[in-house]
Amino acid sequence: MKIVPGAVCEAGTSRVNKTGGWRTFKPVYDYDKCIKCKLCELLCPDSSVLPKEDGYFEFDYDYCKGCGICANECPKSAITMVLEEK
Amino acid sequence: MKSLLAPGHRGCAGCCDAMAAKFTLMAAGEDCIVVTPTGCLEVMTTPYPETSWDVPWIHSLFENASAVASGIEAGLKALGKQGTKVIAMGGDGATMDIGLQALSGAFERGHNITYVCIDNEAYMNTGVQRSGGTPYNASTTTSPAGKVSFGNPRPKKNMPAIIVAHGSPYVATTSLAYPKDMIAKVKKAIEIEGPTYIHCHAPCTTGWGYDTSKTVEVARMAVQTGLWPLYEVEDGKVTKVRKIGNNKRPVEEYLKMQRRFKHLFTMEGGADEIAKIQAIADKNIEEFSL
Amino acid sequence: MAHEMKMNKKNMVVVEGSYAVAHAVKTCRPNVISAYPITPQTHIVEDLSKFMADGEIPNCEYINVESEFSALSALVGSSAVGARSYSATTSQGLELMHEVLFNVAGMRLPIVMTVTNRAVSAPINIWNDQQDSISQRDTGWIQLYAENIQEVSDMTAQAFKISEDRDIMMPSMTCMDGFILSHVYEPLILLEQDITDEFLPPFKPERTLDPKNPLTFGAFADPHFYTEFRYQQECAMQKALKKIESVADEFYDMYGRYFGGLIDEYHTEDADIIIMAMGSIIGTIKDVIDRLREKNVKVGLLKVRAFRPFPAEAIMKVIRDAKVVVVLDKNISLGMNAGALFIETKSILYNTDITVPVIGYMIGQGGRDIPMSTIERIIAEAEEVIISGIKKESQFTDLKEELI
Repeated sequence: MKIVPGAVCEAGTSRVNKTGGWRTFKPVYDYDKCIKCKLCELLCPDSSVLPKEDGYFEFDYDYCKGCGICANECPKSAITMVLEEK
Repeated sequence: MKSLLAPGHRGCAGCCDAMAAKFTLMAAGEDCIVVTPTGCLEVMTTPYPETSWDVPWIHSLFENASAVASGIEAGLKALGKQGTKVIAMGGDGATMDIGLQALSGAFERGHNITYVCIDNEAYMNTGVQRSGGTPYNASTTTSPAGKVSFGNPRPKKNMPAIIVAHGSPYVATTSLAYPKDMIAKVKKAIEIEGPTYIHCHAPCTTGWGYDTSKTVEVARMAVQTGLWPLYEVEDGKVTKVRKIGNNKRPVEEYLKMQRRFKHLFTMEGGADEIAKIQAIADKNIEEFSL
Repeated sequence: MAHEMKMNKKNMVVVEGSYAVAHAVKTCRPNVISAYPITPQTHIVEDLSKFMADGEIPNCEYINVESEFSALSALVGSSAVGARSYSATTSQGLELMHEVLFNVAGMRLPIVMTVTNRAVSAPINIWNDQQDSISQRDTGWIQLYAENIQEVSDMTAQAFKISEDRDIMMPSMTCMDGFILSHVYEPLILLEQDITDEFLPPFKPERTLDPKNPLTFGAFADPHFYTEFRYQQECAMQKALKKIESVADEFYDMYGRYFGGLIDEYHTEDADIIIMAMGSIIGTIKDVIDRLREKNVKVGLLKVRAFRPFPAEAIMKVIRDAKVVVVLDKNISLGMNAGALFIETKSILYNTDITVPVIGYMIGQGGRDIPMSTIERIIAEAEEVIISGIKKESQFTDLKEELI
């Protein structure tokens, strides 16, 4: 790579930094309990709750840091945090 | 609404800044330019050559975000570029302390900008030092609780009131616990012509000492105790308040969730101090009819 | 190349130096002006404000900021969106900008700022010396010093052209001695709009803050990258050495006026004694040289126009065969007992085959008058150096011993 004078960066390039490796606990999603309220998607600080076409969600484990906010806030307890196996 | 803050940023797990930035961008959309002063948000999102911003973004210095935003607004106007929104987004230190003069100048001059203060109540980027936003009795690294101290001896600076006094057409408080409230308020602020201000209460897992999953829960408790009232001020008048009603909680419940207030439950005289904090909440409840 | 001035006296008007600068700024078609009033810069910003009030600067916003810190900070934003950006300040105002100065240079924003040179506090003093801008020499700004109001007016257009060059993209300070030039009325030709429109094309930076291509400006660089960004800035400064010369030549071709590129010379060809100086003192020195030349004293003048980037080669070429070099500094590097131009000049000669003795005089501090007699005395002392060597390498000038 060549540096750009003034340290200008191209948009959204932090996607190369896979923060999933930080995780201790990982969120696991129970489709049966989900009411598609989208709160988990909205709250996720790492934009790692991805909507699917059917209105349900999946986690982007490449970036999810395992903070657990989604699980803590889910009104139907459809998300549980389980110890990451490495 | 698409998230315009890319993942891969270095914010802690459960980071309040990432959430506040994400909500703000959801409200603003793609046609905006964001200015961020020095702080966690700046550092965690832009280690060269990477950036998490999917909108044009600039960081200059710690104390000048509002001035930079003024210049962006003026520059766009001079070049005949209309429609692009200018947003400054900074922490409590950059807003209430070191950047206050530039902020005051920008608001007095009436630039068409929106300023979002992400208030996590201390200098987190440098290791949790006290700021003008640190609440009464919070223990920080420069206002630590000790044998003869209950921590920070002063209440929070009333920043929204300072901005109201500048004649801003729209000032609102919000909280990470209510993302839809925040998004709606930022959207409203951006659409109103002139300098508008959003003050977002944003718990910091690292600085306040609670589990990473509790960022929203702690924020919600601040609102439900009355310590962080949610309201809107339009042209100097309070026009909307989020009622607590039956959800009202004693401050003790909020304080005991956080390491920074732990000493109030172990030190002699702690109960009296908690009563003083309850009085702050009660005053808010009365003032805003929460 | 020869630079015989082609100035039609019929086109000359008598105006104040500050007006000449304000008019030149207007002629350069700025998009954003942001400034905070401070003596003796005020007349420039007042004149610009009047132009704005009369609708004489199209497509321009004037920001009445609340401090110099914000004055320059606002221009960080405006320049980054692609607006040609200008400010003016001096002394305490410039020192207050210190942090922003580095930031502007590091972000490669080609802002132009007039500095009406003034002493710095304490004791507070509003009169001229050059301590303010000299103290900012390491911030990454190109620094040009003018000898009269025609030069500082013309220099304004040159500075935008140099700074905005895509190979350079570094900010410029155009320095004029406070009061001596800012408040003096002199005849000059105001910067011509038609020629300037051709000389200075619209500002079109390669990268801007634009939602259509959302770039990030002002990222932090860790130790893995930081050195290379600093190196790039130095490379740009080195390129500016050539650009300052070529822009001065181009300006001469189009306008017929020339006050030097990196440097200028006056009777240096055969000079045994060469005086080096910057700013309005140049006029006084030329008068002294004219007088002494009649008495066959072989004295010449090397006017330093660019202090940053420092024109080492150009200076060495001129002073190589002199018998003594005298450097006059309207600034002091405390703890070195010397002025900056003297220190720099000495430093470029070390490790070369040039062995000419160099002596320095710190002069005109805080607006102290510099009479021709003082310059004559300094030259007499320089003649002594040729005969019997350096007695005192660097000294304060016209010290009132009775006060100390």
